[in-house]
Amino acid sequence: MDAYDILGPSEQYIQGDKACVYGALIAGCRFFAGYPITPATEIAEEMSRFLPKLGGTYIQMEDEIASMGAIIGASWTGKKTMTATSGPGFSLMQENIGYAVMTETPCVIVDVQRGGPSTGQPTMSSQGDVMQARYGSHGDYEIIALCPSSVQETLELTIRAFNLSEKYRVPVILMMDESIGHMREKITIPKDVLIANRSTVDISYAYYRPFRTGYMHATKIPEFAPFGSGYKTFITGLTHDEDGFPTTVNPKAHSDLIKRLSEKITDNIDDIFYVNNKHLEYAEIAVISYGISARPSLAAVNMAQKLEKNVAFINLNTLWPFNYEFISELSKQVEKIIVVEMNMGLMYHSIREAAEGRCDVVLVSSLGGRVPTPKDIVEMIK
Amino acid sequence: MISNDEIYEKYIRKGTMPTILCAGCGNGIVLNTTLRAIDELKKDIDKMVFVSGIGCSSRLSSYIKADGLHTTHGRPIAFATGIKAANPDLDIVVFTGDGDCAGIGGNHLIHGIRRNIDITVIVLNNYNYGMTGGQASPTTPLESLTTTTPYDSFEHPFDLSMLAMAAGAPFVARWTISHPVQLVKSIKKGLQVKGFSFIEVLTPCPTSYWRRNRIRDYEGIYRWYKENTVNVKRAESEPDKICIGELQNIQKKEWTEQWKELVERVSK
Ligand SMILES: Cc1ncc(C[n+]2csc(CCOP(=O)(O)OP(=O)(O)O)c2C)c(N)n1
Ligand code: SF4
Repeated sequence: MDAYDILGPSEQYIQGDKACVYGALIAGCRFFAGYPITPATEIAEEMSRFLPKLGGTYIQMEDEIASMGAIIGASWTGKKTMTATSGPGFSLMQENIGYAVMTETPCVIVDVQRGGPSTGQPTMSSQGDVMQARYGSHGDYEIIALCPSSVQETLELTIRAFNLSEKYRVPVILMMDESIGHMREKITIPKDVLIANRSTVDISYAYYRPFRTGYMHATKIPEFAPFGSGYKTFITGLTHDEDGFPTTVNPKAHSDLIKRLSEKITDNIDDIFYVNNKHLEYAEIAVISYGISARPSLAAVNMAQKLEKNVAFINLNTLWPFNYEFISELSKQVEKIIVVEMNMGLMYHSIREAAEGRCDVVLVSSLGGRVPTPKDIVEMIK
Repeated sequence: MISNDEIYEKYIRKGTMPTILCAGCGNGIVLNTTLRAIDELKKDIDKMVFVSGIGCSSRLSSYIKADGLHTTHGRPIAFATGIKAANPDLDIVVFTGDGDCAGIGGNHLIHGIRRNIDITVIVLNNYNYGMTGGQASPTTPLESLTTTTPYDSFEHPFDLSMLAMAAGAPFVARWTISHPVQLVKSIKKGLQVKGFSFIEVLTPCPTSYWRRNRIRDYEGIYRWYKENTVNVKRAESEPDKICIGELQNIQKKEWTEQWKELVERVSK
């Protein structure tokens, strides 16, 4: 059976969490492991209902560390895999997320953000985890994190998350927030969507080296041999050579490996980075936001346009990798960048760094689950 | 019977030799007995995955010419669960240490058993954290000296096999490395059981553990195992000793079989 056969009518009113499940199933996700946590639980619940109908596998693990381990293990059988959580669980996943980066294991992690630190505000919205998505695991690495600001975008970006994860062999994090996860909106289930699959090995075992790149295809991404395919692949989180064997005290081996892992992302920023802009061409001020706070930001920009202000709206749908060049160019054009986020200023730091003092960068911060109002933002535009 | 040379040729990854193991370490014997069991069962090695955590014992997965997943410390059972649940056609062997399995990974152990997922877990119990230089572990015997119990250890150790039995593992066996023949037999059984098999091997860590506990020769270590263990058949007469043998063999529905049934039921 196909995902489209069980998802129902092509237009529906559903929650963001459910749209995420729809996106995952359309993208080909057939394995989900998770642990209940507000406000992401609905994702696990829907997965447990849908996956067996598609011949897929759902498993509730004993904690988020195990969930992350299970989706990595399952991914090595060739399946597309996902887990979903919120702050406390996302913290627990960090070590194994680093493992997925190091072992180049495709998988998707959904973080429906709530107020933190600690158990914080389980039922309230937040964007407090965006730096954790980037830097949460130890060591140097690049990762991909996408952020939807509507239920429709949630569905579409979940598909994109799987595609990027498969293409670049990297864990991709879908950074939702409680508002998006629980909000109900009308969606249209897209047909004929582009689905990417990891590139699998097509040479014989004798020549296969699991982490050699650039010989079959001119990329920094190795070809994948799933467990059970006879390629005798050894996978370790230790620093490894092209054969996948541990080489833990050779500085060059380590630096070559982590540079390749980073460059396979940063070299392809034009393919990965995607934002939604409005009125950018003649803008003198730019409002940058993401997630639920992008909604009042757009409303504020529209209000300001009526006041004949040249204001652009940028919905930062791709949080990571951070596109320094894009912000740098923007800072040459505009006089002011207004960053709207539901935290004490996180993306604000990276944006300020990229602007390098060429324009003002100001923050509209909203805490406690309160979504900023258009008025909060218009104040700053004036 | 297959010779050691033949095992080496057939199953060992030459690129990872020599091993990182110390002279006198028992882990090599566990590798040898595991490969022997696999060979005697004529298993297709290309349909097996060797999963392990972090520790000296967990290095064994890297030495076998087969698919292997050397995971994070304490988590191999969680990773193995994902592999098996996603592709039940694969046979999974987990190598784990006492610290890996019962310290940091204890939760995954009891839940793997509870779920009864079809994997074979071989825990190499050497009474300490060998790789990090000999700290106390959850199985360190009372009054042992380790680098973190310099005045002797007073925490009550876990009996891992009892724990696995109580959690309901369908197959549980415990041997020492001086019982290679019995061990091969139990690993074979474990691989054949449809469900969670738990095989505990008491294996010496001369470098980090025994050196500090006043036994410095291999003969002495082997003698200690002999004097301190009793076969389950005679366990009642010597209740203070560590009970070895096949300790549990019961029938229980397995996870992937149940999932398959569920899929058939709901996808109609
Ligand atoms: C999360 C985490 N904590 C600690 C360590 C450090 N560490 C590496 S091996 C090890 C102990 C291994 O002991 P055991 O599982 O008994 O295996 P052995 O080396 O004795 O075979 C520890 C604590 C680690 N790698 N990861
Ligand atoms: S430290 Fe102990 S367990 Fe580790 S290889 Fe040496 S003897 Fe074996």
